[in-house]
Amino acid sequence: MRYQREGSQAIAQAVALCRPEVMACYPISPQTHIVEALSRMVKAGEIGSCQFLNVESEFAALSVLIGASAMGARAYTATTSQGLLFMAEAVYNAAGLGLPIVMTIANRALSAPINIWNDHSDSMALRDAGWIQLFAEDGQEAADLHIQAFRLAEELSCPVMVCVDGYILTHAYEPVDLPSQTEVDAYLPPYEPVFVLDPADPISIGAMVGPEAYPEVRYLAHHKHLRALDMIPRLQQEFATSIGRTSGGLLHSYRTEEAHTIVVALGSVNGTIKEAVDELRAEGMAVGAVKLCAYRPFPSQALRHAVEQAERVIVVEKDLSVGKGGIVSSEVKMALHGLPTVVDTVIAGLGGRAITQASLVRMIKAACEEGLEEPHFLDLNWEVVNNELARQQETRRSGSTPENVLREVGPFGVRVQ
Amino acid sequence: MNRKPFAITLDPDSSLANHTGSWRTMRPEYHDHLPPCNHACPAGENIQRWLYEAEEGKYEAAWRQIMEDNPLPAVHGRVCYHPCESACNRGQLDEAVNIHAVERFLGDEAIRQGWTVAPGAPTGKRVLVVGAGPSGLSAAYHLARFGHQVTIYEAGPQPGGMLRFGIPQYRLPRKILDAEIARILSMGVHLVLNRKVEDLEHDIQAGRFDATFLAIGAHLSKRIEIPGRDAGRILDALSFLKSVSSGEPPKLGRRVAIYGGGNTALDAARTAQRLGAEEAILIYRRDRAHMPAHESEVEEALEEGILTRWLRTIKHIEDSTLTVEEMVLDDQGKPQPTGRFETLEADTVILALGQEVDTSFLRKVPGLEISADGVIQVDETLMTGRPGVFAGGDMVPAERTVTVATGHGKKAARHIDAYLRGTRYVKPPSNPLATFDRLNTWYYTDADQSKQPLLALARRRESFDEVVGGLTEETALLEARRCLSCGTCFECDNCYGMCPDNAIIKRGPGQGYIIDYDYCKGCGLCAEECPCGAIDMVNERR
Amino acid sequence: MVTQRIKFYQTGTFTVGNRLLDEASRTVQSRMDRTNSLDSGHRACQGCGEALGARYALDAAMRAAQNQLVAVNATGCLEVFSSPYPESAWRIPWLHSLFGNAPAVASGVAAALRAKGRTDIRVIAQGGDGATVDIGFGCLSGMFERNDDVLYICYDNEAYMNTGVQRSGSTPPHAWTNTTQAVGPSPGNPPGVGKNLPRLAMAHGIPYVATASVADLHDLEAKVMKATPLRGARYIHIHVPCPLGWKADPAHTIKVARLAVESGLFPLFEAEYGQVTSRTPIRKQVPVERYLELQGRFAHLFGDPPNREAIASIQAIADANIQFFGLCESQKVSS
Repeated sequence: MRYQREGSQAIAQAVALCRPEVMACYPISPQTHIVEALSRMVKAGEIGSCQFLNVESEFAALSVLIGASAMGARAYTATTSQGLLFMAEAVYNAAGLGLPIVMTIANRALSAPINIWNDHSDSMALRDAGWIQLFAEDGQEAADLHIQAFRLAEELSCPVMVCVDGYILTHAYEPVDLPSQTEVDAYLPPYEPVFVLDPADPISIGAMVGPEAYPEVRYLAHHKHLRALDMIPRLQQEFATSIGRTSGGLLHSYRTEEAHTIVVALGSVNGTIKEAVDELRAEGMAVGAVKLCAYRPFPSQALRHAVEQAERVIVVEKDLSVGKGGIVSSEVKMALHGLPTVVDTVIAGLGGRAITQASLVRMIKAACEEGLEEPHFLDLNWEVVNNELARQQETRRSGSTPENVLREVGPFGVRVQ
Repeated sequence: MNRKPFAITLDPDSSLANHTGSWRTMRPEYHDHLPPCNHACPAGENIQRWLYEAEEGKYEAAWRQIMEDNPLPAVHGRVCYHPCESACNRGQLDEAVNIHAVERFLGDEAIRQGWTVAPGAPTGKRVLVVGAGPSGLSAAYHLARFGHQVTIYEAGPQPGGMLRFGIPQYRLPRKILDAEIARILSMGVHLVLNRKVEDLEHDIQAGRFDATFLAIGAHLSKRIEIPGRDAGRILDALSFLKSVSSGEPPKLGRRVAIYGGGNTALDAARTAQRLGAEEAILIYRRDRAHMPAHESEVEEALEEGILTRWLRTIKHIEDSTLTVEEMVLDDQGKPQPTGRFETLEADTVILALGQEVDTSFLRKVPGLEISADGVIQVDETLMTGRPGVFAGGDMVPAERTVTVATGHGKKAARHIDAYLRGTRYVKPPSNPLATFDRLNTWYYTDADQSKQPLLALARRRESFDEVVGGLTEETALLEARRCLSCGTCFECDNCYGMCPDNAIIKRGPGQGYIIDYDYCKGCGLCAEECPCGAIDMVNERR
Repeated sequence: MVTQRIKFYQTGTFTVGNRLLDEASRTVQSRMDRTNSLDSGHRACQGCGEALGARYALDAAMRAAQNQLVAVNATGCLEVFSSPYPESAWRIPWLHSLFGNAPAVASGVAAALRAKGRTDIRVIAQGGDGATVDIGFGCLSGMFERNDDVLYICYDNEAYMNTGVQRSGSTPPHAWTNTTQAVGPSPGNPPGVGKNLPRLAMAHGIPYVATASVADLHDLEAKVMKATPLRGARYIHIHVPCPLGWKADPAHTIKVARLAVESGLFPLFEAEYGQVTSRTPIRKQVPVERYLELQGRFAHLFGDPPNREAIASIQAIADANIQFFGLCESQKVSS
């Protein structure tokens, strides 16, 4: 039923429709509304015999799910930012063991400086952990991706992160339609594990594997992701057929026909990008956009196919590989290897800095007209940066950079031009 | 086909492919060691083994184990001086196992239950046994089990020898002795009483015996010359005890002096008191610590009020007055005269100064050697210089105890059997001794010895009722369970349980264990924690 | 605690087996049909106390749970020596995830069972002292606090052995490890540090806490058999000597463990809901030197001259244990 609801509520309701059996959660903003809603539903008996564990850390949360999943239970949790990093060891482990856990990441920046606002640093930090990473554009897709995620995870025996921009999606009220329980049950059959802890078949799970087999095990994990490249569009198709929405898939193109410039991005910023594209198209510029929905596996072929006619690709990404620049753009460049396409990196929205339509339009025009430095930092306040650099130049004991920057920008925060 | 994920999941027990035995530099091996009780037993009993049966309540099996070696358990449980207990390793832990008491319980149980032993399949060979004392009876029993036809010639009116005529009833009730002798005779042993052998060669020929065992014991009391005029009554201890046993006790008078320090002296003293003597005084040339008598007998005698004069020799007897000289012990523990004298009054003096063998009937036997001290010379098979004639017990050079005599009977029977079959009996080699330091005593529960009850003193002084009572079934069982099973696996499962590598295979009750050398890493835990020291670590052969 | 009512002087009040007891009363380890949960072919060192302790505990738990058992294992020696690809020594369903998360993983297994309505399968989590006392303590405390239906067993060998003998929060005072070397003015592990996990477990008020030793199998099995069917969080802390890390003779593993108990350094007790409910009396008290002198990790205490002050301080720990738990009350066996 389609009605206005908070993104977190939509996610929680979608997860509930998937009949999870074990959830273990540790509170961290901005994931809290999701787990609060789920805990209420479990306590009210609305999710069958599902168990909800209030654990002592994110590390414990995912560890609980590792045990639950190995025991054959459908398992779910949500976290973000520091929480994801705190469970990092278990993130790798769950993937290595091939346990089909689904986890929502309410994307948020990383400390220090501590910052609770949205960017993609957290998911990016664990992009190589072996989890499938799907990015939602809006509340509706966030809800739908969770349903697809359980199906995908269980068909592949591979855990899936559904990445949802913190606050922007988790706390925004949007009209969201949810399928009926019958529809979900038809799409998502009960979990049938590939292997399980079973006294009648007492296998050992989690062996120590040396050089003689470790590379093969890792290749097999990679192979799962290669299979996912085929399976994700298929499941999107099935979802569209049975439930009637085209959420998910590897990527979505927007007005890319005849486009000489295509903007590539992950997550909710694609809404603003589409507005900018419309504005520029109205001005006669042949600009389009590609939203990457699957980031792991990385849809190199699909992306190449989607942008190959463009002269310029601008990757707008909410992360920074310190000392290098763009993370997503590096991968886009790899995907377009051999093509004459120019690929620009735009680092934007770090720590929740607003990405406005105006800034995007200005940046795209600048790129098309005179090109961008590599990487380009969108809306960076160079005055603040230069003042701080100058102070550091003067004296070694120049103090804490975050404190100095805060002093520089004043108590009212970011001045958006 | 295993559809589980490669490498990160493994099948159960797949480690059995990894033979960790290759790590080993030392290997454990099960080696039984000889329990000190068995080692000390003159009758060669496998005491550890019968205690093992007894502690399970398998009394008949335990008794049959004794009967492999000794046909007189009820007798030995009473009169044996149990060197096994002196050797018992438990003595170093708390108190020795009360082995003789359990043996007595088993012997009495056998009499009560009427258990018997079957003779062997007849061989057609005839064996003459001369003397129905413990040695002769033992030989007869074992020979019967071998299937030989045995005839015993006994000079006296009743069988038992020293058991009947030398040991008072209060130590060995006659019904017990009779029952155990009857059980031997019931195996087809032919006993001829009042049949003194005067001419051995003649009797062998006449009886068409294929072999002979001589076991007449040592019945001649040693005498010494004590100066004196018309000494009152002087008796020898053996004759005295024999006459009491035959129901014809001599008149003793009010005060009796017994001269000697051996078991016979004590028996005579205690018997005299039971016959009504008001004072029974033991006179011995050395002190208590140097008495050859067994400690328990000395203690019981003193309890009963036997008086003593240690370090005294009788110098002179005139009527009822004895003049005795005080002695001192020199460095070697030998008594030396002091020249100091005192007098004692005694209506009767009983001399208990040892016994000798009556070898007169053997003088004519060709090849048979008699040494200067009057005992018969035998080789290691107990055969005399006359082929086919063997001798044992008090007649041959050895310690003179009932149990040694009984052991000689078994030994002789084995050699006689081999002789009759034209072979040689070779004793199987003994295992090395299970010394106390081999034991891991932590595993044995602290437990005091079960004591046998003693007859009330008042009754002891005036009757011939048995002084020492038997254990009950319950106490006998507990006592059997005090056995440490030195050097001999008793299937405690320590090795099986404590191997970190499951490399011990348990084969089931009575079957013991084997070591799975495919997996044994040679850590030595099993040997270290074996309570009884039945596992040795030996260098790995590679 | 009383594990056996009938005392058999020779054959089995303290030994593994006792042919005189009826089948049902015998130790699990004496049985021919024991599970051998951890089977031959594992790669533990010679005389490994942990391998032994794990089989003791799990076989007993298997019996108590009628073979319906699942085990979760922390990273560590036990995990590494039992499950190197392609060979597993386990005969029970077994899951290894990480070093510090075994209690949480087990909580998840228990939650899954609850969700599925399976009350028959019992869950065990196990790890060494590093996994339990140090890196996994957060997860363990959480598992306790939520009273999750898990029996956690710690095999305490008092240091990080798998990584080559480094100090843990369970390393005793004065002990040498590779990170508390026997050098300098205060050689070995400094006194006055470390964590008493059984007491911390008790502080959570969970239904059952016990200590056990590989040197007292009867006591250990009774505790595991008691703990296995109980519902809620349970904790058993088993003392398992490490010949390698303690620099002791592999043949002395049980002996050393026994001396730890008999000296009072490793008290055996049970607690329910935070209260001590039983203690296993010391049979024959021994001075701590008897325990220390068998181990090379304490060799620096026995130099010339010996470090009497340190030995006295260890004896004081033993004495305090004996006093606190009343470990030296007489228990002379009567028939």
